[in-house]
Amino acid sequence: MHEPEDDVAVVVADTPAGTEIQAVTLDGKEVTTVKASQDIPLGHKIAVRDVAVGKDVIKYGRPIGRASAEIRKGSHVHTHNLKSKRWA
Amino acid sequence: MANEMKLTGYRRENGQVGVRNYVAIIPVDDISNSAVEGVGHLIRDTLPLPHPYGRLQFGEDLDLHFRTLIGTGRNANIAAAIVIGIEPKWTQKIVDGIAETGKPVAGFSIERYGDLKTIEMAARKAKEFVQYAGELQRVPIKWGDIIMSAKCGESDTTLGLASNPAIGRLLERFVAQGGSAIFGETSETTGGEDVIADSAINDTVRKEFVKVFQDYQDFIMGTGADLFGSQPTEGNIRGGLSTIEEKAMGNIQKKGRNKLTSVLQPAEEPKGPGMHFMDSSSAAAEMVTLCAAGGSVLHFFTTGQGNIIGNPIIPVMKITANPLTIATMSEHVDVDLSAMLRLEMNLEQAADAVMDVMAHTINGRLTAAEALKHNEFVLTKLYRSA
Repeated sequence: MHEPEDDVAVVVADTPAGTEIQAVTLDGKEVTTVKASQDIPLGHKIAVRDVAVGKDVIKYGRPIGRASAEIRKGSHVHTHNLKSKRWA
Repeated sequence: MANEMKLTGYRRENGQVGVRNYVAIIPVDDISNSAVEGVGHLIRDTLPLPHPYGRLQFGEDLDLHFRTLIGTGRNANIAAAIVIGIEPKWTQKIVDGIAETGKPVAGFSIERYGDLKTIEMAARKAKEFVQYAGELQRVPIKWGDIIMSAKCGESDTTLGLASNPAIGRLLERFVAQGGSAIFGETSETTGGEDVIADSAINDTVRKEFVKVFQDYQDFIMGTGADLFGSQPTEGNIRGGLSTIEEKAMGNIQKKGRNKLTSVLQPAEEPKGPGMHFMDSSSAAAEMVTLCAAGGSVLHFFTTGQGNIIGNPIIPVMKITANPLTIATMSEHVDVDLSAMLRLEMNLEQAADAVMDVMAHTINGRLTAAEALKHNEFVLTKLYRSA
């Protein structure tokens, strides 16, 4: 994770559904644990908390877009449920 | 660590320092490529730089064409240059621009001679130049003597987490040593543009950055096109990046905590030390060619999914933290930072690892892209020709 307040973490290995993940910041600070509800490929994002449709998704402590579908803790966050707020 | 590095390079007539020592053969225009390559076939250790443009361009696009070719010849990695064009006037303009550096340069034009006579005349001069360049010696240099650049490509989430912050840390050290660094990729700051603007050394620089950023936004919005799949690229999306804002926040980590010193036109040389933003596309080969024309002699290229780009006149170091890319494309990777993702390497150690390979590269060790003959010389064209 970039910042402890982020809504998403990046998985650093291919992560099968059901895996329990410890989310940490780069300086090793443990933020939370989360169970993957879907298979998540290396480098993709997992939600560490629920995000309602239309709400900003926070990474780097900043909005990186808004939820275009309901995001549940543990689910894969990508282009199917996260959309840019720019160039639209 | 910077003080421990024993670095060598080529000090040119104007005091600038290069890390390679090439004799470039530069075509003014597309139709002079054959003559340029003819000289390259005849004379050993020459570097022909064919490209597809240079006729009927006009206005700002033509200015950029000249600035790029002149800047390429002026680059401190170039010991001497031959310029070949179809007619003498534009050829001479490029020769004159390069000659300001004091390095040997000669121009040839094809009309009223034909390719064969032109190739013979240019080859005789190229022979002189490679003999001259071969006698130039590497001398001890200081790190801050050189100009360097950074851009990422085929990015994924590992760049924002690992390799870009590592380059940012390295460039903080470099600027502290009096170095001059170039970064850019105007559209790819979208979503982090406020961070760049807020780092400007003064309000003038801030306004200059905001203007080039807004001009690029207007250009993109003006096309009415959907950039999804282009920016972020399909490779970015495959690697887990979902939006331009997310990609931008990763991209701008390369700046580190450096202040923004100035805003450069494409292919413009920085006027002094510091961290300089060059208005540029994010297309890898175009952007690195512009950085080289702006005087960069060494490029840091961070990648996630595995961009393989190189450049003929400057070494392009490939840095990645993606373990899949290292496992499947190792021949393209100069520095492996995947240990950062396992929390086995911190930011300072990662910057040290890149600096170690950088020192070897400056001293003459070929990068992966150099060894693999990745010689992408790609001019930026702003709009269609007349």
